[in-house]
Amino acid sequence: MSLLEVSGISVTFDGFRAINNLSFSIGPAELRAIIGPNGAGKTTFMDIVTGKTRPDEGRVLWGEKSVNLLKLNEAQIARAGIGRKFQRPTVFEDQSVAENLMMALKAARSPWKVLFWRPTRAHHFRVEALAREVGLGDQLDRKSGELSHGQKQWLEIGMLLAQEPRLLLVDEPAAGMTLAEREQTTALLVELAKSHAVVVVEHDMDFVRRLDCRVTVLHEGSVLAEGSLDHVTSNRQVIEVYLGR
Amino acid sequence: MKPGFLAKNPSVLSFLLVLAIFTLAVTLMSEAYGAGLVSTSMVKTLGKTLTLCLIAIAMDLIWGYTGILSLGHFAFFGLGGYMVGMWLMYARTREIVVSSAAGALPMTPQELQDAIATQIFGVVGTSELPAVWAFAGSLPAQLALVVLVPGVLAFVFGWFAFKSRVTGVYLSILTQAMTLALSLYLFQNDSGLRGNNGLSGLQNIPGLDGVGQDALSVWFLWASALALGLGYLLAHFVVSGKFGSVIRGIRDDEARVRFLGYSVENYKLFVFTLTAIIAAIAGALYYPQAGIINPAEIAPIASIYLAVWVAIGGRGRLYGAVIGAAFVSLVSTWFTGGRAPDLPLGFYTIKWVDWWSVLLGLSFVLVTLFAPKGIAGIADWLQGLRPPRRGGAPLGPGDGSLQEKEALE
Repeated sequence: MSLLEVSGISVTFDGFRAINNLSFSIGPAELRAIIGPNGAGKTTFMDIVTGKTRPDEGRVLWGEKSVNLLKLNEAQIARAGIGRKFQRPTVFEDQSVAENLMMALKAARSPWKVLFWRPTRAHHFRVEALAREVGLGDQLDRKSGELSHGQKQWLEIGMLLAQEPRLLLVDEPAAGMTLAEREQTTALLVELAKSHAVVVVEHDMDFVRRLDCRVTVLHEGSVLAEGSLDHVTSNRQVIEVYLGR
Repeated sequence: MKPGFLAKNPSVLSFLLVLAIFTLAVTLMSEAYGAGLVSTSMVKTLGKTLTLCLIAIAMDLIWGYTGILSLGHFAFFGLGGYMVGMWLMYARTREIVVSSAAGALPMTPQELQDAIATQIFGVVGTSELPAVWAFAGSLPAQLALVVLVPGVLAFVFGWFAFKSRVTGVYLSILTQAMTLALSLYLFQNDSGLRGNNGLSGLQNIPGLDGVGQDALSVWFLWASALALGLGYLLAHFVVSGKFGSVIRGIRDDEARVRFLGYSVENYKLFVFTLTAIIAAIAGALYYPQAGIINPAEIAPIASIYLAVWVAIGGRGRLYGAVIGAAFVSLVSTWFTGGRAPDLPLGFYTIKWVDWWSVLLGLSFVLVTLFAPKGIAGIADWLQGLRPPRRGGAPLGPGDGSLQEKEALE
């Protein structure tokens, strides 16, 4: 039983085939790394799953009821339980860490409900706990624009957790992090994958090795190989794609 | 005891206090209720300024907070004015018709309506009462239309514009086109709203003949101040809390807000419609004080001025919008009223009536370039001069750093 089932999707931008008959699926509690050279379609794949880009063909089905995600918009997909962390940290720089987390916190999302929504003590505790979890416990009142690059990465991970998604799409989480932070990130992702589906897009092979999970290799918009890291790195085609350039 | 809403929001409290003191002071200096230091026309100008401050709050909500540069909010303002103006004109004309026919045989309702229509529409060469005047005889109905007509127009317009994800400068152009279209439509005689003559005599309130303009002007000042105070409270309620976070998020990065699960389009539509209604209420209070409304008031230039006021006052701050609207519109009245002394340069005399727009445009450019926070930025600057309030927390991470007490000394 898979949580997300992508089958046979293709998308073309101005004649360039970014995704070519790609199929992919992930279970409800699974960690998966996606690797591939630049232009392999990793980000486009995430764009399709999160509703930013519409594929020309193919199906994207979600959850036990097999909801067709292609009929939903970005906000509806996010509400269905798919959270995304961007490559470049995107937090609301003009707002405090607490406001960023409060906005992401799982709650009703319609304008009327949000207008009359006021945080309770439990919500404040949750925000504090989340901030502590990502090492920003003493930064709650700071504007997030003042944070360092690494701290912004963490804040965004905190926002992702606050949404309580069932599937987390994480684009290069370790970029710009120190070695110690990378290890912390690895531990967090592995822990999360015990109860969530986690897809990590990463360039850094060492980081992927530490995740110790199933790996999908993308190349020219389709799956080139899939399996353990040792299995895919011994694949001749994969070696050609990575070393041949 | 839990601190009340006002205690938690000192800026709201001080705003309301300033507004109350201002209103009281003008009342005590007015001709009707006080020393007569302020002329009735000045009271009207001040009352009108308060309604302009109210629409500036609406503009700040939509532009300063949500990031949508609407160049159409004066259309909603004008529509609000037209809706209340229709009742004022109809009811006033009925009074005149009835009193001039006193003594003669009582008229049938049809005769009465025809007589009113002839009075109102003689100027555009018709004596038929247009269909849009169907409710003009009823004050409650027209007051409901003040909210409904602009609200529905904004909702329908916003529905199409936002759902098709028109953003940025294209949306501004679209709102401007809507305003221009509405204004051109109203200029036509057969639009049913007296074409370029507009509606006039709105300063006479039916049923209040015994009350002079000096007292009426003060009443409208009170009503405008009340509306401004309530509008400020409402706007503050909207922008504080999570809703405010979301709309500021939309302003800064709307794609990111979508990925958090908020439907950006619905939020934009909500704010656009809400601000249109606020603008309409402001207009409904403005035009009875101005006495006349015509389609030129709705022209796109008015909405552009609105953006200029808010930019000069300070975007993204409610009090900034109020200060900007009050300051710029009053200064503008002074300069264009011919009361500003000419500036002789020897070879050329600067007549402010002609040069005011140039000065305004120049200050707009300068503010945008050098003081993007506008006049409200001064408040920030003053705040920066004071030592930070940290509730006794150390100022730095090290043990040796100054404690708050020491820093204050």
